[in-house]
Amino acid sequence: MPRSWDSSHSKRSFHIVRKVIMSFAIKVNDNTHSVDVDGDTPLLWVLRDVLGMTGTKFGCGIAQCGACTVHIDGIATRSCVTSIESLGKSQITTIEAIGNTPAGAKIQKAWLDHEVVQCGYCQSGQIMSASALLASNPHPSNADIDDAMSGNICRCGTYVRIREAINLAAQTNEKRG
Amino acid sequence: MIPDRIAFCASDTNLSRRSFLGTSAAIGGGLMLSLTLPLGRSEAASSDSFAPNAFIRIGSDSQVVLTMPYVEMGQGTYTSIPMLIAEELDVSLKQVWLEHAPPNEKLYANPLLGVQATGNSNAMRGAWKPLREAGATARIMLVAAATKRWGVDAKSCRTEDGEVIHVPTGRRLKYGEVVADAANMPVPGNVTLKSPGDFKLIGTRAKRLDAPEKVNGTALYGIDARPAGVKIATLAQSPVFGGRVKSVDDTAAKAVKGVRQIVRLDDAVAVVADHMGAAKKGLAALKIEWDDGQHAKLATEEIARKLEQATLGSGAVAQNIGDADKAMASATTKVEVSYQVPFLAHATMEPMNCTVHFRKDECEIWIGNQAVARVQAMAAKEAGLSPDKVIIRNHLIGGGFGRRLEADGAVRAVQIAKHVDGPVKVVWTREEDIQHDMYRPYWFDRISAGLDKQGKPVAWKNRFAGSSVIARWLPPAFKDGLDPDSTEGAIDLVYDLPNFHVEYVRAEPPGIPTAFWRSVGPSHNVFVTESFIDELAAAAKQDAVAYRRALLGKSPRAKAVLDLAAEKAGWGQPLPKGTGRGVSLQFAFGSWLALVAEVEVSKAGTVRVQRVVCAIDCGTVINPDTVQAQIQSGIIFGATAALYGEITLKDGRVEQTNFDTYQMLRMNETPTIEVHVVESTEPPGGMGETGTSAIVPAIANAVFAAAGRRLRKMPVDASLLKRA
Repeated sequence: MPRSWDSSHSKRSFHIVRKVIMSFAIKVNDNTHSVDVDGDTPLLWVLRDVLGMTGTKFGCGIAQCGACTVHIDGIATRSCVTSIESLGKSQITTIEAIGNTPAGAKIQKAWLDHEVVQCGYCQSGQIMSASALLASNPHPSNADIDDAMSGNICRCGTYVRIREAINLAAQTNEKRG
Repeated sequence: MIPDRIAFCASDTNLSRRSFLGTSAAIGGGLMLSLTLPLGRSEAASSDSFAPNAFIRIGSDSQVVLTMPYVEMGQGTYTSIPMLIAEELDVSLKQVWLEHAPPNEKLYANPLLGVQATGNSNAMRGAWKPLREAGATARIMLVAAATKRWGVDAKSCRTEDGEVIHVPTGRRLKYGEVVADAANMPVPGNVTLKSPGDFKLIGTRAKRLDAPEKVNGTALYGIDARPAGVKIATLAQSPVFGGRVKSVDDTAAKAVKGVRQIVRLDDAVAVVADHMGAAKKGLAALKIEWDDGQHAKLATEEIARKLEQATLGSGAVAQNIGDADKAMASATTKVEVSYQVPFLAHATMEPMNCTVHFRKDECEIWIGNQAVARVQAMAAKEAGLSPDKVIIRNHLIGGGFGRRLEADGAVRAVQIAKHVDGPVKVVWTREEDIQHDMYRPYWFDRISAGLDKQGKPVAWKNRFAGSSVIARWLPPAFKDGLDPDSTEGAIDLVYDLPNFHVEYVRAEPPGIPTAFWRSVGPSHNVFVTESFIDELAAAAKQDAVAYRRALLGKSPRAKAVLDLAAEKAGWGQPLPKGTGRGVSLQFAFGSWLALVAEVEVSKAGTVRVQRVVCAIDCGTVINPDTVQAQIQSGIIFGATAALYGEITLKDGRVEQTNFDTYQMLRMNETPTIEVHVVESTEPPGGMGETGTSAIVPAIANAVFAAAGRRLRKMPVDASLLKRA
């Protein structure tokens, strides 16, 4: 279904327009889904409650904690403040598929090798932020890590290990020339 | 990657509902709720499995399923507990599957608490003996079955990696091959446990069993429960505690696409919808008028004033040694100060949530909780059902910190579910989560000491006032005006204090609920005692480490960690201007911890914790990596509270709303943390909270060293530290 109004719709009466199923086509992890929600619905709830993809977590709802981080065309984005109508033809990648990307696989492996997780609830978001960092910057400095990761809160305080794990994952990248 | 091995409680409808007949027979037909495994996952689920006790089932395929009596909320229990059982059972962790224990106080009570709950850092302390015994008992019965089949003596057999081996002939039987016979073997009375020298697993850096699910997004927390047909609800509770709903205009809310129903309760309104986006939009569209009730004008300052007044009276004597009044009268120097610590929210990353399917004569609950038997009992009461009609499906916990020792979220969800046809998942917004938490109590302490000519403390008096969480949560444990939690860290100090008098005044604040918060009693008491001993060292013009050290005659383990931490931290070495070191020393949760924090105080008065060095003696270390992780975790949690943590009331309302106004420490503010562990073969001490209570005074003492200003009221107030 097209996500923008068909011009024929606008000619109908208001009553009829409201009855028209207004759905959005979104591309998540290489699958296209059609979802029938208001255009201002945050992507987070479409993923979790409509599509049943619960790997992406709810933490704050105001882009303060990063638990809901997904990639939109490779950019780490807070899905709790990203409306479904803003997505267009963008490719969305979630924690469920990040292991299929080279950076995501390296980050996940480093997370396991370095025993990063505790309660684990924020880790989907941490891994999505870290994967985006590593994909765009194969050898991040400590300051780069601070910049990329300080939007993700962890109440278990796994920050020390997150930093170490990102460094570990970066070591597997080729040395910069 | 390790395959998923945690048999999550059924949150999908396609899971097996088989009951484990073998198990329930073995345990006398007790409650066997929520024990479901995905179909075909394990033969141990079948009725011919061997279940010698409530913790272990072994199937004919040799798969071992362990029922976890303690919950996993990040602290590593789902790895450490299996290590205890697997050690004595002689199986590798690879053979082990886990499932969450159902509510059953008889089977799964924490021996140190007497109730089925995970808290107070005592899972490993409680499990240390009984769960190794559970493993050893099963092993003996399996060996007995094998030796009977072979017609050999048990002494000629050994066990390894899930097999019984007849040493002289090299014959082997997998555990699965003898489970049917093992079930008929007598249960041994006294079992001999391995000596530490024979440990293969205990003491190793075994990998977390729950990590793979947690890095690929498949781990299921309570908030991820999705029973078929579930609706999502979110809610607004009276912004003033104790207030009521006066009126609701839900016209606009009902018009929101995806909103299905508005549920009005006495003191809350919920919007039920197809998804949380619609529920939140509907909630925002509600027009609710509240009757704020008697706490409409309540402010934190009023509560603090009342607590201060309470310390002027007398309290219950928590500990008395010698004669503090007499010694005080003859002291050369007197130091008398007061300390205050604020209300704190838990702010677990997983907001409060609970899914309930209320049916005609039973109620099914999906939740992640630290005390499932409590949830079952309180939900049953609310539902008007007997507890056995309330099915609890516990989950991994996205942060507990004490918040999930409470059942208020489950009770609220039942109240809503009663009005909903089908299952409903009640998810609190972060704002609701912070503004309707149950908070770490506000405390006011009046403390004094008398020093002799050499500066040594000859008298110590402390009277503090605040809420007793125990009195509400576990009433029998509150006796004669005292409870063991409120006083932990204020009494039984590691120091030689010949004249010592401590009183506790229970004073419940009006209009704000209180609860356990990571590091519980010590979260307040260790801040006070370790700040105060630092003040005494300063008054005596002595070094803070040397001063403490001179008082540790009766505490060799405390002295050892203090020396180690001071050495590793480079105590006494010069630091740049504006930077300072602070030390703290505590015995709490059965562990000794010394901690040195280095902080920098900026000209604007902001405090940055740069480095933390600690030394811990927690007895036998079950998993060194977990010990290190928990120390790191506790320190970040405590540093967050010291630098930012404060919940305040104005007009009866919690002023903080979300992570923008209730700040958390972040990656760019994280100190380096060094953990040094003292080797010991003593029984294990608790690790989950110890760093939290110890870091707060270490930061305060470091701020004093850096800026010359004593912090007697938490959190850090930058305006007091500003330099011209």
